[in-house]
Amino acid sequence: MSSIQDTQAEIIDEFSMFDDWMQRYEYMIELGKSLPLIDEKYKTEDNIIKGCQSRVWVHAEKNDKNLEFTADSDAVITKGIIAILIRVFSGQTPEDIMQADTKFIDEIGLKEHLSPTRANGLVSMIKQIKMYAIALNSSQNS
Amino acid sequence: MQTTSKQLFNVEAIRADFPILNRKVNGQPLVYFDNAATSQTPQQVIDCIVDYYSNYNANIHRGVHSLSQIATDAYEKARQKVQQHFNAKHAHEIILTSGTTHSINLVANGYAKFITEEDEILVSAMEHHSNIVPWQMLCEKTGAKLKVIPMNENGMLEIDQFEAMLTNKTKLVFVNHVSNALGSINPIKHIIAKTHEVGAKILVDGAQAAPHLKADVQDLDVDYYTVSAHKICGPTGVGMLYGKEALLEELPPYQGGGEMIAEVTFEKTTYAGLPHKFEAGTPNIAGGIAFGEALDYMNTIGFDVIAAYEHELLDYATAQLNTIEGVRIFGAKPEQKTAVISFNIEGIHPYDMGTLLDKMGIAVRTGHHCAQPIMNFYKIPGTVRASFSFYNTKTEIDRFVEGVKKAKSMLL
Repeated sequence: MSSIQDTQAEIIDEFSMFDDWMQRYEYMIELGKSLPLIDEKYKTEDNIIKGCQSRVWVHAEKNDKNLEFTADSDAVITKGIIAILIRVFSGQTPEDIMQADTKFIDEIGLKEHLSPTRANGLVSMIKQIKMYAIALNSSQNS
Repeated sequence: MQTTSKQLFNVEAIRADFPILNRKVNGQPLVYFDNAATSQTPQQVIDCIVDYYSNYNANIHRGVHSLSQIATDAYEKARQKVQQHFNAKHAHEIILTSGTTHSINLVANGYAKFITEEDEILVSAMEHHSNIVPWQMLCEKTGAKLKVIPMNENGMLEIDQFEAMLTNKTKLVFVNHVSNALGSINPIKHIIAKTHEVGAKILVDGAQAAPHLKADVQDLDVDYYTVSAHKICGPTGVGMLYGKEALLEELPPYQGGGEMIAEVTFEKTTYAGLPHKFEAGTPNIAGGIAFGEALDYMNTIGFDVIAAYEHELLDYATAQLNTIEGVRIFGAKPEQKTAVISFNIEGIHPYDMGTLLDKMGIAVRTGHHCAQPIMNFYKIPGTVRASFSFYNTKTEIDRFVEGVKKAKSMLL
């Protein structure tokens, strides 16, 4: 399993091949469409991330020492963003997730999605992923 | 030959008044179709604000010095312009507020004194959250019952049902003049007359109507009417509450502070008369003055001309958009609404459409437009809303329609 940094570097590399926004967004839409579906039973009110214009569900499970994330959204660009986040964070340990920075979002030209006022919830999604890491980390320690 | 607005005004000359229309967004010339959220500001209004801060910035209504006098005169002159524009009987019936939300809260808060748990309050199903939440709060405070005037599939209120809901228990009615999410123009003159037949009072939220049509509050016989300046080429953070003199006299003040008092001792405070009773603290002076300037600007063009031209844009955009397969336009027919198109494309989330249009320099609103009950009615998460103003053009509509087609081909 690659580290969070390695995966981020890979993604930066992939996005550097695109010449313009259309190619970047077409790729994200493709990623969004291919995001593996979350189990319907996890698409609950509790798992909805607040503050998104589109509905976003994120579910986390602990598999041995690592966290596995599944997610869904009703907007496909949002799903593309989630797919990128899942690729970076799924399969990593709670400690690594808690410590990871997300500057790579900036470097792949999706900076505008990081604005807290954007209401697409990317910031909330990252926060939720980290919250899961904190929660599932402490549940193991307790 | 049919007279079109083209012969009456020159849109290119008007566009030259709006510096922001020259800018690029994401490398593309801006197409601004989010006018229902806020209108752009002409140079004349910008100059008016700059002039205030450059030449006569001073606090009003209290200074004996010259600058204070000049500022006070300009502010009161603006109030008169607002009065004349809406044809209020008295200038003191115009309360200058921070905007529609403030205006509505001012009235809702005051009515806590008059409402009991026996009373009923009617609110339309197509209100902005700002015209729902304050009344819910009033009902929580007083125990009064909030009833909803239903709307139909065509985005119009069910007037028969409204009339059946009116009883001697009805104390207040709230409707918007024009729906922000759909653009539907409500038959408010009729609604007002029916409300008065049972002795109830009515507040009409005119925020979305004011950019497109001129309301005459005396002719409407409306009790309260609210407007935000930033939707009619004015600055943000300023608006008006119109209220009939007798009603405003009996309404208790909303906020305490300077300016709203006649005499203060620790035993008792006597409130100032209208309009100052409702204008505690230092107001947005430059904003108030610029509000008057914005009305001058729009009146110079003329609301009839504006309405005719905007309808041309609306008809054109509706026809063009309808050529795209899978488009569903929500709400009223073009002749029953202002220049707003709220739509979705089958299988596409409004957020995705809005995001891609933005990349092409096209600004639209997406989401529930602060009118979740309407979205629940249609069982949709939201819509894409394109709203037009008199400074928009058919060329921009062409770019918008091309943009929608391009986004659709990327997303489906």
